[in-house]
Amino acid sequence: MFPLKKHRNQYISIRNSHLMGIIKINMSAIKRNEGMPLDLDLIQEIRVNRSAVERRASTMNKRRTVKKEWQAAWLLRAISCIDLTTLAGDDTPGNVIRLCSKAMSPVREDILEALGFVGHELRVGAVCVYHNMIKTAVRTLEGSGIPVAAVSTGFPAGQITHRQKIAEIKASVKAGAREIDIVISRGKVLTGDWRGLYKEVQDFRDACGEAHLKTILATGELSTLTNVSKASHVCMMAGADFIKTSTGKESVNATLPVSLVMARAAREYFEYAGFKVGFKPAGGIRKAKQSLDWLILMKEELGDDWLSSELFRFGASGLLGDIERQLEHFITGRYSSSYRHPMA
Amino acid sequence: MNIKEIYEKMEYGPAPESSSAAIDWIKDHNSKFDLFINGKWQAPLSKKYFNTENPATTERLAKIADAGTKDVDKAVAAARKALPEWVKLGAHGRARYLYAIARQIQKNSRLFSVLESLDNGKTIRETRDIDIPLVARHFYHHAGWAQLKESELRDYKELGVIGQIIPWNFPMMMLAWKIAPALAMGNTLVMKPAENTPLTALLFAEICHQIGLPDGVVNMINGDHKAGSALVEHKGVDKIAFTGSTSVGRIIRRATAGTGKKISLELGGKSPFMVFEDADLDSVVEGVVDAIWFNQGQVCCAGSRLLVQESIAEKLYKKIRARMEKLRIGNSLDKAVDIGAIVSPMQLKTIEDLVQKGVDEGGKLWQPSWACPTDGYFYPPSLFTDVTPASTISQVEIFGPVLVAMTFRTHEEALQLANNTRYGLAASVWTENINLALDMAPRIKAGTVWINCTNVFDAASGFGGYRESGFGREGGREGLVEYMKLRSEEQLSSKPIARNAKKAPGKSVGQNGVPQIDRTAKMYIGGKQARPDGGYSISVSDFKKNLVGEVGEGNRKDIRNAVEAAQAAGSWTSMTGHARAQVLYYLAENLYARAEEFSARLEQTLGLSKSDANKEVDCAIQRIYTYAAMADKYDGRVHHTITRNVTLAMPEALGVVGVVCPDEFPLLGFISTVVPAIAMGNRVLAVPSETAPLSATDFYQVLETSDVPGGVVNIVTGKDKTLTPVLADHDNIDGIWYFRSKDGSKIVEEKSAENMKRTWVNNGKYRNWLDADQGEGEFFLRNATQIKNIWIPYGA
Repeated sequence: MFPLKKHRNQYISIRNSHLMGIIKINMSAIKRNEGMPLDLDLIQEIRVNRSAVERRASTMNKRRTVKKEWQAAWLLRAISCIDLTTLAGDDTPGNVIRLCSKAMSPVREDILEALGFVGHELRVGAVCVYHNMIKTAVRTLEGSGIPVAAVSTGFPAGQITHRQKIAEIKASVKAGAREIDIVISRGKVLTGDWRGLYKEVQDFRDACGEAHLKTILATGELSTLTNVSKASHVCMMAGADFIKTSTGKESVNATLPVSLVMARAAREYFEYAGFKVGFKPAGGIRKAKQSLDWLILMKEELGDDWLSSELFRFGASGLLGDIERQLEHFITGRYSSSYRHPMA
Repeated sequence: MNIKEIYEKMEYGPAPESSSAAIDWIKDHNSKFDLFINGKWQAPLSKKYFNTENPATTERLAKIADAGTKDVDKAVAAARKALPEWVKLGAHGRARYLYAIARQIQKNSRLFSVLESLDNGKTIRETRDIDIPLVARHFYHHAGWAQLKESELRDYKELGVIGQIIPWNFPMMMLAWKIAPALAMGNTLVMKPAENTPLTALLFAEICHQIGLPDGVVNMINGDHKAGSALVEHKGVDKIAFTGSTSVGRIIRRATAGTGKKISLELGGKSPFMVFEDADLDSVVEGVVDAIWFNQGQVCCAGSRLLVQESIAEKLYKKIRARMEKLRIGNSLDKAVDIGAIVSPMQLKTIEDLVQKGVDEGGKLWQPSWACPTDGYFYPPSLFTDVTPASTISQVEIFGPVLVAMTFRTHEEALQLANNTRYGLAASVWTENINLALDMAPRIKAGTVWINCTNVFDAASGFGGYRESGFGREGGREGLVEYMKLRSEEQLSSKPIARNAKKAPGKSVGQNGVPQIDRTAKMYIGGKQARPDGGYSISVSDFKKNLVGEVGEGNRKDIRNAVEAAQAAGSWTSMTGHARAQVLYYLAENLYARAEEFSARLEQTLGLSKSDANKEVDCAIQRIYTYAAMADKYDGRVHHTITRNVTLAMPEALGVVGVVCPDEFPLLGFISTVVPAIAMGNRVLAVPSETAPLSATDFYQVLETSDVPGGVVNIVTGKDKTLTPVLADHDNIDGIWYFRSKDGSKIVEEKSAENMKRTWVNNGKYRNWLDADQGEGEFFLRNATQIKNIWIPYGA
């Protein structure tokens, strides 16, 4: 349906070609999801047992852990997967510019040096803003290769007309957003209107063109894990590049059980459709330790391909700060303080 | 590897838990441990020591005193001496000690966890997150029971000195399951941990000492099977509690037969893990991991037989194989491994041999591509497909990380496969259909059924087996009865109760000069009167040795026929309590209608006075009423276990029960034993009074007129000495009650060891069946049932 995005490869090769090895290899291996016809039989057969999922989710990070150098390296990897986000009513160009410069140099140079990470271009996965801030962000990030993601389609509730949603996506793409985070109509899930959901997401994908489509399920409003799984499959069938848990505005946002269900859906989709779809947990991930939990979940349930920004993102604003402090602690053995790290 | 490389590869690194505190603790004891007897560390009289090692590295950890017979004597004597004061201390005092133990275990939880992992080879994740928290939970729970002993359990008293023998697979957990209820109910004890894993029990002994537990209440002796058998055979021990293999369980059953020692046995298993096509398969895969790759599969209740509906089998196998590839194996103290070391080279060899046998028999073996570490005793997770019930590996307990998979077509076939085993410890049922799950659960022969989960434990729920997985429960209210006895048991007589024979001569046998019509009572089998197979009869005399009739002389074929009839009458078991109650009330009504006839028979045979005979018949009618009343009231519980889980403790009928009725109460003894058994849904094969069987043979006309379905009560007359051994030897009988002699009691217990049928014998202690305290009560129903715990998690 859509060819692999060209400009994405471009931004990766912009700088420091010597550091790009692994990411480049991953990229070339991953074809963009082309979607497939809606398979309602498959959707109807989906069953998720909440208690069993919760048990797995609660024991996964007890079965795996990373310590010392491994922890530091994994945290750096987590940074590379962050969609550094600001989605507030009082956003102005001022704070968005600040956020973008943090995105480009997320960790203090001396810390990277101490970690032996010099020469590695470390930057976040994307900067995520409202439509009005796209231009500022694109301008600030120019040349960095960091894409701007825009939330769209009447984010966070999505209670506007379909036509308005399409128009919003197109406007954002035009304004320079290379990733569009849409919200699905939760009502379609709650009423079992899978055809409607499929059609809606397909339209969004068309409107995106070459921009990547992240579908936010707002899982906190979907009532059951079975609904979460069904909605994930429908979105992927309709061509989503990423499935994303939450807007960050629901009362319950990214949780490990929900993420487990969505990750398993992505695994299943890869098995029956042959496309690797990305996953983005968002909302409530503030601690370095949590980021490791999610990386472990990705590695265990989906595999190493899902440990790069191509297929995995954190939607987070505060997470980076905590990771910086942990990295400094790793180097110095002293617990760090947030004021020692440049703010976003 | 430097950070850049790790960043690119994103592999896991080492994540070792420090062993220094545990090693320091061992060194503080000069790497040598004596016996803990009477509150003191004592060098073994045997003068012998053995080594314990870390199976993940094969390094020696410590030298352990090897208790000999004399050491066992010393330990039992210490426990005996401590008993009176411990009993006198009372419920609250004991509760304080148990609470202190629970707190100490929590406070030292990491030390316990590390030590357990070092000694056993199991992963630190399991000891830290599962074993030790459950141990603390068990002591908390039983601190509560200790406190409630004198209110909730006032009819009971302690058993005395308990001998406890525990296995190596869950050293601390098994210790807790044994010690907590024993102490809570006021017993003192001698424990023998497994020789492969003695260390945490010694740390526990030290804690007992630290909290000031009175000397001799807990005695800890290590050693091999010789110390174990000395403890089992010791005359000073009132009860043996054992967890381990079925073969050793059998030895214990035989060794204690006829001694009056209570025993509880938690033995092996080959538990089914049933997956239906509507299950959440990704969750099933994790269930499989928890079922068979928990503790290297060295789990008595491991879900080791995977039964999958054919329609999803290949899909599930594929998912399981993918998951197996991701399991990590390694040193037990690495915090990021799933599978640790096998406990010993012997156990490793057993596993290797059985797997080889599985391959030789045509099973398709699959193991992950990665290699096991070679510096310890490791075995990779293994999956066998293309296996049938006839394969050795689908019948025997492997006790290793080996899963055996078979498919089924229908729900009924799934059930048949699940129950096609001598064992009955646990089962796991995976389906999103609650109707199906709750249809399966009661029909699976197992003490624990986990719905959509597996290997979940809690102190508030009982755990234990059906069939050859042993008997007795550990945990919950149902586990307490293993460590106490009814106060009324002390009133039982050591001689048969004498019945009051009248002085006057008996009635004449004829009337008006015409002889009575010859009446020979037949057997009663499958609702029909049946001639004895052997074609012999036994003369029945009255109390004055006058001939009053004849009954058939039953033999082994009559028993066989009666068991077949009882097995065929399964619908009685599935009837509601209310429906059974109606039949029983009707039985009482019809006995009442013929009360005079039954009374006259008692006068005639026993020489009772009319009023005494009337009293016995009246008592029999009342007793039927009691059990008719209880038929729909002796029900289960919902245990308080884990969050968002209903744990149903359901009493279930044993099945077919052989009842050798008391000799001295021909009617009341028959009624008092047969009726509670059938009230709970059992089908009974009754051997009535040998000297006065006519009251029982008269009774089948009452049975016939009372809508008791054929096969529910079968009566085989004959001799105790002939019939009892046949009953006890019969593998298709699930339980046996015996109310005759001490010698007969021994035979029953000894012979029942083969199929581990539940036994309830009188050990030559006689009940006065006219006394309601001795002759009826809940304990009859408890012996007629076994508790199944069904775990039902919920949430959508």
